[in-house]
Amino acid sequence: MQSNSFTTSLIQLLSGLILFGFGCAKDPVAVGTATQATTGAPPAASGGAVTLQGSGASFPAPIYSRWFREFGNQNSNVRVNYQATGSGAGIKAFVEGQTDFGASDAAMTDEEIAQAKGNVTLLPLTAGNVVLGYNLDGVKPLKLSRKAYVGIFLGTIKKWNDPEIAKANPDATLPEKDITVVHRSDGSGTTFVFTQHLSAITDAWKPGKGTSVDWPVGVGGRKNDGVAALIAQTPGAIGYVEYAFAVSSKMAMAELENKAGKFVAPTLDASKTALGAVKLPEDMRAWVTDPEGDDAYPIVTYTWILAKKKYDDAAKADAMKKLLAWCLTDGQKLSEELHYVSLPEAVARQVLTAVNTIQ
Amino acid sequence: MVSAAANPTPRISQPPTTWQKQFNRSFRWLARFFGYAVLALLAMISFEVMRHASAAIGDYGLTFLTSSTWDANATKFGVLPQIIGTLYTSVLALLIGGGLGITVALVLSQGFLDHRIELLMKNIIELLAAIPSVVYGLWGIFALVPALRPITDWLHEQLGFLPFFSTRLSGPGILPASIVLSIMILPTVTAISREAMAAVPKRLAAAAYGLGATRWEVIFRVTLPSAAGGIFGSLVLGFGRALGETMALAMLVGNAHHFGWSLFSPGTTLAALLANHFPEAGVVEVQALMYAAVVLLLITLIVNALGSLIMLRATAGLKGLH
Repeated sequence: MQSNSFTTSLIQLLSGLILFGFGCAKDPVAVGTATQATTGAPPAASGGAVTLQGSGASFPAPIYSRWFREFGNQNSNVRVNYQATGSGAGIKAFVEGQTDFGASDAAMTDEEIAQAKGNVTLLPLTAGNVVLGYNLDGVKPLKLSRKAYVGIFLGTIKKWNDPEIAKANPDATLPEKDITVVHRSDGSGTTFVFTQHLSAITDAWKPGKGTSVDWPVGVGGRKNDGVAALIAQTPGAIGYVEYAFAVSSKMAMAELENKAGKFVAPTLDASKTALGAVKLPEDMRAWVTDPEGDDAYPIVTYTWILAKKKYDDAAKADAMKKLLAWCLTDGQKLSEELHYVSLPEAVARQVLTAVNTIQ
Repeated sequence: MVSAAANPTPRISQPPTTWQKQFNRSFRWLARFFGYAVLALLAMISFEVMRHASAAIGDYGLTFLTSSTWDANATKFGVLPQIIGTLYTSVLALLIGGGLGITVALVLSQGFLDHRIELLMKNIIELLAAIPSVVYGLWGIFALVPALRPITDWLHEQLGFLPFFSTRLSGPGILPASIVLSIMILPTVTAISREAMAAVPKRLAAAAYGLGATRWEVIFRVTLPSAAGGIFGSLVLGFGRALGETMALAMLVGNAHHFGWSLFSPGTTLAALLANHFPEAGVVEVQALMYAAVVLLLITLIVNALGSLIMLRATAGLKGLH
């Protein structure tokens, strides 16, 4: 036994290292979905190098990570770290001063702004839409009327060949499969946007709106990636995810009935049309819960960066302004490539003016 | 009296020097301190969790344990599905993992295999314990659930009238979660049971053989009963691990706030509830989650206490064995 202990320890160590090696290959933004924020925003290092720490929504995480990487390449003295912990956690960490900026799909409520003692400015940098991704072989496209998708998520419509769904899809062969609803198990801005839309279009939506609601049916996945993975793995599943996640996992997306009664596919143009109808108010909190227009996709949202109005550290304030300005100008060119909606011109200008007031 | 300077190599018969006495005394105190510190740490953790939960305990009282909604907006909290889900998945995991673990331990300790293969298998099983919980969760979603689906569909079609098979496997659910849990407790149960069985004195088996017992009779009537204390201890440890397992279950149990007897339905557990809701929780929800944490602590405590009690009764007749 004794003589073998060294060899066995070596074998175990090597196996452990191999497993560890596979683990390290994961994308750093995906790994950062930890439930902990940093214990304190790191001070700007001397010699001009500034580190900006942010956390928040997973909805815009792909585009933020790309923006921050590009910006970091162009400005070597600024490093930006972003952790996709979820909108609620992002707001909490920002209000408690643990991060330099936050990100949220659900903007901030008046109470949260009061908790931050008013030292917060909400800046929408990009927008996206929430799609209903589904996993049904051979059924493409799938048109879902308002009654249909509300019924599916309420659990009143249980099978795919239900007459309500078949009505809108006369050409498709819908199987007699059970519908598996997939929702978020953690609190999320994406849930907030989706449930807000459902509450706005019908009184039958009892669970209400919020970052986390009591879903009558379905399984829960963690974050947008978790929901996307569950939909992809389960035949007959349907769930709500952010557009970029659905496109990158090549998920089939349902065409939804909008206010005008037309079935619209979730393209970036349709989302831009929907957003264009709403004018952004002074505090830049605008909700597009049920957009007008024939070509408007019904579930769209801005997503906000929460920045301080006044930073204690001048170097950080400067770096934030440069970063945000870059995102609003050069960054917007990358939106389409990454499947996010670029801001309308007028909106971008309005946000830029707000950025310049940061000190 | 011979002084230390004149005779640098102390003889065994020399009385301890002052330095040695002081060293012994301080080491004893240090060891005592760390022992009490561990107890104090446990008490402090329990106290802190209780303190944060006290507001919620006051607000919801015992209805927390009997209601089934978890709605942060309406501040209605109840963990009945979570409690039942925790116990259900852990008991299932114990049945599968415990049964498998004891069987493997038996094979590895009774000389059925070549000595080198025994050693290899022992190390492979210990490696199972080194795999991180989140990796088990990912493996469960991407490999186990698709593999289980044909079997569960067949079971649902043929035996759907039984409450255990009454729904279709929609993805994550109680069964995949229990299977992964059983794999996670397998190394613990196997290692400890194997040690317990190997520690049974050879003279007992020899005596039984001498009386004409067959190999199976020796194993089931002599070895297993003698090792019962250790085997039971391993089961209690495994059960405790299964009760508290968080990450793999948060990904695999389906996170649906209802409970159903069907093995294929999604469920929820206390640990998964805490893991999923803590990051986004506001002040009120955090208090309710702390209350849920207290409930989990209590369940674990009760299970461990019951386990120790049963073990005490079971091994009472085996005094003087070793």
